[in-house]
Amino acid sequence: MATTVLRVRSKTWSFGIFATSRRFSICRIVERENNIAVVGGGAAGFYTAARILYKSKNTNIDIFEKLPTPHGLVRYGVAPDHPEVKNCMSKFDEVASNERVRFFGNVQVGGTSDDHQPGHLSLDSLRSVYDSVVLSYGASKDRRLNIPGEDGKTVKSGDKNDNRLGVVSARQFVAWYNGLPEAQDLELDLESYDKIIIIGHGNVALDCARILLTDIDSLASTDITEKALEKLSRSKIRHVEIVGRRGPLQVSFTTKELREMTKLKDVQIICDRQLLENECQSTAGQEYLKNSRALKRMMDILFKHSVNSEDASRDLKSFKLSFLKSPVEILFDQKWSDNGNVNVVPQLFKFRINRLEGPPESAKAISTDIFTEIPCAMALRSIGYVSTPLEGAPFDKQRNIVPNIAGRVIDNGVVPGLYVSGWVKRGPVGVIATTMQDAYRTADALVMDINNGHIAADNMPKSSRSAIDQMLEKTRVTQSRVTNEDWKRLEEFEIEKGYQVGKPREKVTDVQEMLNIIRNTA
Amino acid sequence: MSVAFTRSTAGLVRAQLQRLRTSHLSSTPVASLSVFALRSSFSLCASSRLYRFRQTAAAFSTSAIPAKDVTVTFIEPDGNEVKATGEEGTNLMELAHENDVDLEGACEGACACSTCHVILPDNIYDRLPEPSDEENDMLDLAFGLTDTSRLGCQVMLSPEMEGMRIKLPSATRNFYVDGAKPSHH
Repeated sequence: MATTVLRVRSKTWSFGIFATSRRFSICRIVERENNIAVVGGGAAGFYTAARILYKSKNTNIDIFEKLPTPHGLVRYGVAPDHPEVKNCMSKFDEVASNERVRFFGNVQVGGTSDDHQPGHLSLDSLRSVYDSVVLSYGASKDRRLNIPGEDGKTVKSGDKNDNRLGVVSARQFVAWYNGLPEAQDLELDLESYDKIIIIGHGNVALDCARILLTDIDSLASTDITEKALEKLSRSKIRHVEIVGRRGPLQVSFTTKELREMTKLKDVQIICDRQLLENECQSTAGQEYLKNSRALKRMMDILFKHSVNSEDASRDLKSFKLSFLKSPVEILFDQKWSDNGNVNVVPQLFKFRINRLEGPPESAKAISTDIFTEIPCAMALRSIGYVSTPLEGAPFDKQRNIVPNIAGRVIDNGVVPGLYVSGWVKRGPVGVIATTMQDAYRTADALVMDINNGHIAADNMPKSSRSAIDQMLEKTRVTQSRVTNEDWKRLEEFEIEKGYQVGKPREKVTDVQEMLNIIRNTA
Repeated sequence: MSVAFTRSTAGLVRAQLQRLRTSHLSSTPVASLSVFALRSSFSLCASSRLYRFRQTAAAFSTSAIPAKDVTVTFIEPDGNEVKATGEEGTNLMELAHENDVDLEGACEGACACSTCHVILPDNIYDRLPEPSDEENDMLDLAFGLTDTSRLGCQVMLSPEMEGMRIKLPSATRNFYVDGAKPSHH
């Protein structure tokens, strides 16, 4: 530990010596404390905080999170059967228990400073009292397909009304089985037919497919919610087809997730092996694969483990990778002929067949005049997440990010003291390690600005813990706040409840219930 | 998925803790609170320590000779060199952490991320057993991958590594274009 301190110090001083003309201001900065607010308590927020703590010895960090619980998508996005991925939470715990860090759960940042809802804070209020504010609030919405039938329909079947769900957000489905409070009322149809279609070829699509096809007994020992477990145990889904508009060389999932599909019990992988071969064996394909190790390994897995549709066994469940199809519309309660038996199926998903044009790395899907229809109980859309604007911060509506250069927010020039990290900085792509690196670069920029005096010069008089606490008192954040100790108490409760049923934890899925447990009124 | 489980240190540790706890709970229900209190202080270090213990134990089981100390040098992205000595069987990630080397380990050695990526000298790399599929799957996602890249958590110190120089990749490679699709237009 001592070495860490020494090394960091020496870094600061080498800087001081380098900028000899600023020796006075350096001394002042060393004396002075910097107060930083982080908006969003997910991986991006915690990794940014971790790096700032490591790089700068005289900063205090307050992390604001809308939910009473920290860890964002590590808690509510990472699949329950990937507990090892969640190990990063112990680093976040280390950050949260650092004496220079305060966690403010159950505090919504947004709106304007005039709107004084208890427990709400505007970005302007934050910026008025903190030296710097880091936006790391992620991407809370998902992309829609914008096709007819997407929102479903209520149909009369016999003497009762049935809800046909159309296309449900995969993100919401993930949030539902992971216990996110706002997703708990999600309607799902896992029983009216044996197949679900997922649109999109990313890891979220594979997570959803895996959860739908995994043997229920192996899910029972994960931190999936009891409610989800109960619903999935009644599921009649045996076939999941994931559909992408381009080909096998354009998939965006990763090797581990694809390999996991090959290891599911009683599940076969189906894909068009001829298409796979054509794409991989073409001159352009071969060249492309030579330079893309991950894709090459994924194609090898597919070659080794997949069968063509016509060779698939009817006794096994199936995971089908379907290519070159663009969603057109959903038709409800149509007749469907399956092996000579004509049945009414809940939904028919109509697709237009595409062909590819251009080199593999930037191939375009070109529509043809051919259509195909696939029956399903419901569909999930998994074609990407979108960040939303925050009042008081600039937003690039084309790219759906907060515009920035290396993490410094720009709005006709750099906005002093405003930073961005994680998905809202670079768009919703990449794994936790990507977000970590990204957060570190933002933190590095911020610490560099502190050391250069850029922030101090601008904000010198306004930042102090007492001014901050006054503001938090005035906006009644102090009363509604959930502290790190509060969260730990809730977590103990969840872990204890989990042990009783043989799970790592049983998540509380209602905000009021969380608060009751924290306030000891449950 | 079964692989994810068997390879998951955290899962193993959790399972062990759980076994411990359930036995506690069944015999003395009153003890439950203290066990949970123990967990919170224990959890931060428990997984890596136990894992280390397991590995050292495994190293011992193959030979009765006590573990030797091996000294290697980590070269950080900025060129800074850190000499580190550890017992045979210690993994490179832990060794780096014990010596304050600037190497991450987001999943704590469970082979579920690529943040402890290290670059080994050719001669050592060639002498090691091939990385597992699971390790390769993670290396697929590593920044600055080379032909002799490994995950630090999967490589154990052995006597032939004495004096080995381990490079840490520069993390910034392609960073700002991450996620942007390469385009020829």
